Amino acid sequence: MREIVRLENLDEIYQAENGEITALEGISFSVYEGELLGIVGPSGCGKSTLLSIVSGLVQPTHGTVWIGGEPVNGVSDKIGYMLQKDSLLEWRSIYRNVLLGLEIRGLVCEETVRYVDHLLTTYGLHDFRDKYPSQLSGGMRQRAALIRTLAVRPDLLLLDEAFSALDYQTRLAVTEDVCRILQQERVTTLMVTHDISEAISMCDRVVVLSARPGRIRQIHTLRFPTGDGQPLSPLERRSHENFKTYFNTIWKELDVHVEDQ
Amino acid sequence: MWKISKEPGRTVSAERQIYLARRRRDRVLVRICQLSGVVVLFALWELLGRLGIIDTFIMSQPSRMLETLFHLRENQLLTHVGVTCLETLVGFSLGFLLGNLLATLLWWSDFLSRVAAPYLVVLNALPKIALGPVIIIWVGAGMQAIIVMALAISLIVTVLEMLNGFCSTDPELIKMVRTFGASKWQTFQTVVYPANLHTLFNSLKVNIGLSLVGVIAGEFLVSKAGLGYLIVYGGQVFQMDLVMTSVLILLVVAALLYWGVSLLERFVIRAVSHIHSRRGPEEPAPSGGNR
Repeated sequence: MREIVRLENLDEIYQAENGEITALEGISFSVYEGELLGIVGPSGCGKSTLLSIVSGLVQPTHGTVWIGGEPVNGVSDKIGYMLQKDSLLEWRSIYRNVLLGLEIRGLVCEETVRYVDHLLTTYGLHDFRDKYPSQLSGGMRQRAALIRTLAVRPDLLLLDEAFSALDYQTRLAVTEDVCRILQQERVTTLMVTHDISEAISMCDRVVVLSARPGRIRQIHTLRFPTGDGQPLSPLERRSHENFKTYFNTIWKELDVHVEDQ
Repeated sequence: MWKISKEPGRTVSAERQIYLARRRRDRVLVRICQLSGVVVLFALWELLGRLGIIDTFIMSQPSRMLETLFHLRENQLLTHVGVTCLETLVGFSLGFLLGNLLATLLWWSDFLSRVAAPYLVVLNALPKIALGPVIIIWVGAGMQAIIVMALAISLIVTVLEMLNGFCSTDPELIKMVRTFGASKWQTFQTVVYPANLHTLFNSLKVNIGLSLVGVIAGEFLVSKAGLGYLIVYGGQVFQMDLVMTSVLILLVVAALLYWGVSLLERFVIRAVSHIHSRRGPEEPAPSGGNR
C-alpha cells in the first residue's frame, strides 16, 4: 500500500503567558492510500492540533510531516480540511460555496467544474445548487461542505470533529452518507473525534492518544467481516459483535475519570 | 422544522386568519398613534399660540412657520437644502471610503492596530467640533471646511465600528478559507468583508446622522448658505420662525437621508443574497430549514 502521509516524531509545545504547555509528544504514524484513519483521545489531548499540524496551518515545534514524500511547509495544497461546523458562506449559493476552494486556489476551469457538477449530481445536491445554505438541512449542509472539500481533489482529507455540531440522529445519517462518499471517491482520510463509537463505526484503523501531553497509546486495526465484498456500513458495524469489544478496549485505554475538583 | 403554509390555493385556517388580522390591527394602531402624536403636538402649539398662553415671538407657531416656508421659496430655500445635502453626502462618502480603508489597513496589520488603539480611543472621545477653528484655518473658510468637519465627526466611528466587525468575523470561516490556502487578501475578500455587510450598513446609518451633525456645526461656524446658516442667521436676527422652519426642514432632510441608506441596504443585501430579504414581517426567521 502506498504511504500518503508520514508523521515523524512530532512535538508541539505552546508558549503561553504563564509557561509552556506540551500538547503533543513524539507522535509518529503513517496513513496509507484509501485508508480511513481515526484519532481518538480525551478532550484537550491535542487531537485537533495534530490535524492543524498535518494541514500545515500550525508549525510543529519538532518533527516533520510528509505528504506524498514532500515535507509540509505552510498550508499544503494536497489536503482538504473539513471543520466541525460546515462553514458554508450564507451569502453564496450552494454552487458558489462548493466552488470556493477551487476559486481560492485559482483552479476553476472546465475540467474541475465538470468534476464538481459530477459530485453534486452523484450526491443529490444538484437540485439545490442555486439554493442558499440557510435553505438546507444540517445533513445537506454537511454534504455540501464535504463536496467543497473534495472539489479540490485532495490527496488527504482531514475531518476535525466534522459531525459533532449535528444532532444525534442527523449525525448517524451523515456518518453513513460521508462513509459512502469517501469509499466511492476513494479518499484517504484522517479523522479526529472524541466519539469512540463514531471512530469504530467508520475507520480502518484507530490511533488512541493519551491525555495531555498527547502520546500514542495504541494503534488498533479494526477488523470487520465484509458482506458480499462490500465493507460494512457504519450502522451495520454498530450492530456487529466486534463493535462492543473494540469499544471496551478503547474505552479502557482512554482511561477517562470524572475527577473530584 | 414546520412548514409555513404559503402555497397559493391552500386554505388558511380560521386561527391563522384571526392571528393575521390581529397583527394587522396592531400595526395600524401603532401607525395611528404615531401620526396623531405629531398632529396633537402641532395643534396644541398652534392653539396655545393663538390663545396667547405661549409667546409666539419666542416659540414661533406652526402657521407662521408655514408662512415662512412659502416666503422662503422665493428666498432660495431649495438652494439652502441642496447645499446642506451636498455637503453631507460628500462628507459621508469620504468618511465611508476613508473609514473602510483605514479599518482594512488596521485589520491587515495586527501590530498597527495595537499601536493605533489608544489614538483611536482618544480621538473618538474628542469632541470634533473643537477642531472647527483649526479646520477653517487649515483648509480655508468655505464648503471644504464644512466637508472636513463632517468627515472628522464620522471617520473615527466608522474605523472603530468596521474594525470591530472585521475582527469579530467567525474564526471558523477564516480557518476554512485558510485551509484552502487563501492569502490574507483572499480571506478579506471572500469572508471578512461580505460577512460584515450588516456592520457596514449599521455604520452607514449612524454616519449619515453624524455627517449631518458635522455639516450643521460647520455651517454654524462658516458658511454663506445651508440650513445651518439659516438657523444661525435666524437666531442672530431673532427670527424664531426662520429658525424653527429650518429645524423642521432639517428634520425632514435627516429622515430622508436615513431612509435613503436603509433603501440602499435593502437593495444591496437583496442583490448579494436573498436570505435576509426572505424574512418578511409575516414569517419568522428561518433557522435550519425544512428537513
